[in-house]
Amino acid sequence: MYNYIQNLADNTLILGQRLAQWCGHGPFLEEDLALTNTSLDILGQAQMLLNLAAEIKGDGSTADDLAFLRDAIGFKNVILVEQPNGDFAHTMLRQYFMDVYHVHLYTILSGSSNQSLAEIAEKSLKEVTYHLERSQLWMQRLAHGTKESIDRLQNALNELWHYTHELFEESEELDDLVEQGIAADPIHLKIHWEADVKEWLASTALTIPKTGWKATGGLNGHHSEYLGLMLCEMQFLQRAYPDCEW
Amino acid sequence: MKLYEIFLRAKSGLSHKHVGSLHATDSQMALQNARDLYTRREEGESIWVVDSSQIVSSNPSDKDAYFAPAEDKIYRHPSFYEIDKEVKNI
Amino acid sequence: MYSQGLRDSAAGDEPVELLAAFQARIDKEEKIEPRDWMPAAYRKTLIRQISQHAHSEIVGQLPEANWVTRAPTLKRKLILLAKIQDEAGHGLYLYSAAETLGESRKKMYDDLLSGKAKYSSIFNYPTLNWADIGAVGWLVDGAAIMNQVALCRTSYGPYSRSMVRICKEESFHQRQGYEIMVKMAHGTAQQKAMAQDAINRFWWPALMMFGPSDKDSPHSSQSMKWKIKRFSNDDLRQKFIDATVPQAEYLGLTIPDKHLKLDDATGSYTHGEIDWKEFVNVIKGNGPCNQQRMAARIKAHKDGAWVREAAEAYAKKLQNSKDNKKEVA
Repeated sequence: MYNYIQNLADNTLILGQRLAQWCGHGPFLEEDLALTNTSLDILGQAQMLLNLAAEIKGDGSTADDLAFLRDAIGFKNVILVEQPNGDFAHTMLRQYFMDVYHVHLYTILSGSSNQSLAEIAEKSLKEVTYHLERSQLWMQRLAHGTKESIDRLQNALNELWHYTHELFEESEELDDLVEQGIAADPIHLKIHWEADVKEWLASTALTIPKTGWKATGGLNGHHSEYLGLMLCEMQFLQRAYPDCEW
Repeated sequence: MKLYEIFLRAKSGLSHKHVGSLHATDSQMALQNARDLYTRREEGESIWVVDSSQIVSSNPSDKDAYFAPAEDKIYRHPSFYEIDKEVKNI
Repeated sequence: MYSQGLRDSAAGDEPVELLAAFQARIDKEEKIEPRDWMPAAYRKTLIRQISQHAHSEIVGQLPEANWVTRAPTLKRKLILLAKIQDEAGHGLYLYSAAETLGESRKKMYDDLLSGKAKYSSIFNYPTLNWADIGAVGWLVDGAAIMNQVALCRTSYGPYSRSMVRICKEESFHQRQGYEIMVKMAHGTAQQKAMAQDAINRFWWPALMMFGPSDKDSPHSSQSMKWKIKRFSNDDLRQKFIDATVPQAEYLGLTIPDKHLKLDDATGSYTHGEIDWKEFVNVIKGNGPCNQQRMAARIKAHKDGAWVREAAEAYAKKLQNSKDNKKEVA
């Protein structure tokens, strides 16, 4: 259970941290604000999920301890969310992938047998439903905009596609949780996620890259090199000045 | 980008009120941008966006011709009528 | 946050009766609305002041965004993000207000990026430690609020309405900054040292935010007469000092001005001389971060060009397909 909640929490924490990097640098002022809203929602979800994780851990750790004092190997997020923002096409495609995933995930988790998780999912579902509405429209604009936007989106797809499989990785531990009605079934999520994403892709000129490689390891704490660097930045103050009140 | 004027209804029972403007390329974007800009503090539960170029407005130089003539029609207001205090409920 | 060094252009050759009628409306505290007649100089002054103010907001995002990925707790990260987002929103409200005067946002933005337009000097100072984020909220937003509250009653309707909205939203900014300062100043010796370092660097630049001294600001008189501006630079600066010094005392921090003294007769503080050479220099573009701030704004604008173009192109396609459908129908 702890691992599962960590996975959900870290996906949001790391994605929110990446999105926060856009703050002040958006492609135009309105979009700058909108991206920050998404980041705020997602970091809010991270806070709730980390609180729950800390509670389950039960050794007196707080959500902040988990966010700021775990090393990379302790993080259980998928590698997709730690990928650099790249250009706006990268960021929005990653966002679209995560939004589709989160909408299906939270829909199921709203009915989780774990009451706390169900409550978090119910609240978060409202937020991600809007995020998806937004990222879907951006996918339309970029996929049917200019030659440059189509090229950039194709590049982003080429780079990010291989990271999406990790969202649906199965494990014995997860099977148990699914059986207990706590977690969402990854096979079910994969079917729905792929149906949505492929339906959209079919309406565009974009093609899914062919390759044998699939990212894996994040759920066991084996990440890309980017995560360590992100944590250096994110955890700097807590590491340099331990045991302070902020 | 086009300029859109934004109207919000704070809660049901009230009318939409102009709150400002923003830029967007299409009306869907305008609606989403309005949500993200103008309702960050629960200011609204309904949004209208209007392409600014579609607004027809009266001209300030017509102010007198348009609005002054209503000034002396005081018989349109209830206070114009004198009715004895003894008469109730009117 | 607010605009500095505004300058009025000389009055044009407008009909005396119109000018007199305009002044009469101002004197009666009537608000001027976008399509009303107004002197060209009034319009020009407003465009300059409002756009400078808008530019200040969006350049002002940058020194704070510098710490958003390093905020020490989840709560602080959320607060800081929301605050920086507010600054972007305030920039947007102000650009909108200026647009009602007939100036396009594109023109204003181009002027900012080309270096033609100015913005508040304060944002050309770096945020070097976490306490700086506290100091920015407490001192910089504190100074800005002094100005902005005064501007809520400014004579131009759209500007005044934006300022009312901005002041409402901004009220949490100063408090969150002061809260950070309390934690730092009452924390470990290292934290306290950071807090003192922050006030050492931000105190004087914050005082400069109110603009030149009244005796060196001959152009404000017309703005006062038009009620664009309602209080003098020095009056607002004094008000800020009087409000802030006791707050610094509560923190146990030293204000870096050895001439600072409470005048028992007036209940106000007298202060040392402000280094106006530094102020002029930073306004001119020679502050520690001018180049960095402009480079960041130019990069974001350039990197965003293809995104804006794609959205425009898509909107056009949508419109065309709608028009075609109409024709068929």
